[in-house]
Amino acid sequence: MLEGILLGLQTAFSIQMLLMVIGGCLIGTFIGMLPGLGPMSIIAIMIPVAISIGDPAAAIILLAGVYYGAIFGGSTSSILLNAPGVAGTVATSFDGYPMAKQGKAGKALTIAAIASFCGGTIGAVLLMIFAPALSSVALLFHSAEYFALMVVGLSAIAAFAGTGQIAKALLMTVFGLMLGTVGEGTMFSLPRFTMGVMDLQSGLSFVTLAMAMFALPEALFLVLNPPKAGSRKAEEIKNLRITREEAKSIAPVIARQSIQGFFIGVLPGAGATIASFLGYAVERNIATKDEQDQFGKGSIKGLAAPETANNAACTGSFVPLLTLGIPGSGTTAILLGALIALNVTPGPRLMIDEPQIFWAVIISMYIGNFVLLVLNLPLIPYIAKILAVPRNYLIPYILFFTLMGAYIGQNNATELLLLVGFGVCATALRFADYPLAPLLIGFILGGMLEDNFARSMQLYDGIAFVGQRPMTMVLLSIAILLILLPSVRSRRAQMRRKGVADGD
Amino acid sequence: MALDRWIALILLGFCLIYGYTAWLTMDVGLAPFMKRNPIWPSTFPKILSVLGIITSLIILLGVEKSEQKVSDIDYRRLHEYKLGQAILLLCLMVVYALCLRPVGFIFSTSTFLIFGSIILGERKWYFVVPIALVATLFVWYLVQQVLGIYMRPFPGWLGG
Repeated sequence: MLEGILLGLQTAFSIQMLLMVIGGCLIGTFIGMLPGLGPMSIIAIMIPVAISIGDPAAAIILLAGVYYGAIFGGSTSSILLNAPGVAGTVATSFDGYPMAKQGKAGKALTIAAIASFCGGTIGAVLLMIFAPALSSVALLFHSAEYFALMVVGLSAIAAFAGTGQIAKALLMTVFGLMLGTVGEGTMFSLPRFTMGVMDLQSGLSFVTLAMAMFALPEALFLVLNPPKAGSRKAEEIKNLRITREEAKSIAPVIARQSIQGFFIGVLPGAGATIASFLGYAVERNIATKDEQDQFGKGSIKGLAAPETANNAACTGSFVPLLTLGIPGSGTTAILLGALIALNVTPGPRLMIDEPQIFWAVIISMYIGNFVLLVLNLPLIPYIAKILAVPRNYLIPYILFFTLMGAYIGQNNATELLLLVGFGVCATALRFADYPLAPLLIGFILGGMLEDNFARSMQLYDGIAFVGQRPMTMVLLSIAILLILLPSVRSRRAQMRRKGVADGD
Repeated sequence: MALDRWIALILLGFCLIYGYTAWLTMDVGLAPFMKRNPIWPSTFPKILSVLGIITSLIILLGVEKSEQKVSDIDYRRLHEYKLGQAILLLCLMVVYALCLRPVGFIFSTSTFLIFGSIILGERKWYFVVPIALVATLFVWYLVQQVLGIYMRPFPGWLGG
C-alpha cells in the first residue's frame, strides 16, 4: 500500500494535476452554487473538457475536484440563500440558513468547510483501507459473478429508491439498459435498434444522455419555476472564525458522521442525500435535550452533521466504482462513462494495471479537500457574487454549455437534436416523479452487463452458469430479495394500517 | 389517471415495440452458424423486453402503492409555470442545432445567446449583445485553440 501511496503522491503532486484539482474545485464551487444545478449536471458539462485532456488520471482528478466543489458550492447557497443547489445539501439549510439570518453566515460557512474537509479526508482514509481489500476479493470473480454483481447493484439502486418508487426505478433501469442496446454491441457486429439511422450505428452517446437527463431538465425547471430565493439578497459574509468551544462540540459529530456517511455512500443507490439526512436525524436524536431544541434554529451540530456526512458519502461512493467498476450513484456513473471514454475500465484490475490512476485519485481527494478549505473558503465572499447574476443571462448560457457538451464529444449536430428530444422526455419523467439516475446507470452498465452475461452463457453453454456457480446464485438471490423485500414490507404496513391481520 | 401511469402506458408501448423487434424480426437475418451459439444478439433484448413489460404493467395497474407527494415541481401547477418561455427556448435550441453547421459557430451562437435572454424577458440590448459576442468569441477560442476541436466559425460561403 505504501508503494501505491508514494506513486499516487508522485502523480498527484505534479503541477498539472495540482492545477486540475484547484481548477476543478473552483469550477465546481462556482457552478454548484447556482440553485438548481447539481453535481451531475456540472460533471456532465465538464466531461468533454476532461476527455480532451487525454490523460485519464488528470481527467478523473479534474472531475473528482468538480464533484467536491459542487457539493461545497451547494452548501454555500443552502446557507446563504436557503436554496440548495444539490439534493445532498438540503439538510445543510436546516441549520445553516437560520445561522446566516442571525448574522453568522461566515461562521456557518467555516463550519461547513471544516466539516466537509474532515468528512472528505476521513472518507479518503477509509477508502484507502477498504478499496484494496475489496478489489483483491473482486479479483476472484468470474464474468458470471460480475454479471450477478451488476444485477445486485442495479436492483439495490431500485430498492433504495424509496417507498412506492421501486417499480419506477426498476422500469427506468430497464429502460436505460434498453437504450444501451442501441447500436452495434461489442460481442456481435450487428446493428440493433438503429431503425436504419446511420448516426445511431455507434450507439447513443453517454454525454448526450447525461446532459439530457440532468442538465437540461434542471435548466428547464429554472425557466418554468424561477426560484424565489434568487431574488433575495444574500446575507453579508463576515467573521469566518469559530471559537475553541464550538470546535470541541462539533468534533465528535464530525468523527461519527464521517464513518457513518462513508458506509452509507458505499451502498449503491444510497449516496450523499440519504447520508446527510440520516446524519442530521441521528445527531438530533443523540443530542441532549437543550441541544435538540436548538436543531433547526441554527445549531452548529445540526450544520456539521449533514455536511460531514455528505462529503464522506461522496468519497464512499468511489469504493464500488474503483474496485468493482460498478457505479452506485448517478454522479459516479457519469465518472465511469468518462473513464470508459478514456479507455480505462475501472474494476479490480485497475489497481494492478493502472495503479497511478487509482492512487492519484485517492491522493487528489486529500488535495481537493485541502483546496476547498484553504483556497475556497476565503474566496467565498467573491464566488458568492455569482448568485447576483440575473437569471435572464444565466439560463441561456447554461443551455448553451449543455449543447456544446453534447456537440464537442461527437462533432455531430444530430446529437443536439437527440439532446433536446431526450431532454423533453426526461423533463416529463421528472414531472411524473420517475428517478432518472437509474436510467443513466442502466445505460452505462448495459454494455458491460450484456458482455459478461454473454461470456458466461458461452462458457457454460447456456443459462446453467447460474446453478453451477454458487456465488452467482447467492448474488442473484440477493438481487431478488432486494427488490421484493421493500414491496412486501410496504404492503404489510398498508394492510396493518387498514386493520387487516397479518398472514403469519 | 395520474401522469406517472400515462407515462407507464407510453413506456409499455415502447417495450412492446422493442419486444416485437427482439422476438420476431431480429433473428431473421442471423447466420446459420450463429444459431448454434447459446447466446444470440437478441437474447439480452428479449429478457429486457419481458422485464420492461412487467415493470410498466406494475406501475400502470397500480400494484405498488405509492403515496402522493407534492414536490416543488408539480405538473398539476403547470399552468402557473412559464411554459411559453420554456417551449420557445426548446425551439431556439432546435433552430440552433440545425443552424450550427451551415451558418457557422460565431453567428449562430451569439444569436442563440441574445435571443435566449430576450425570450426570458431581458430588454437591455446594450448589455445582452456585447456579453453574448464576447462569450461566443471566448468559447470559440477555447474550443478551437485550447481544446483543438475544429468549429467552423463562419458560413461556408464566407470561407469559414
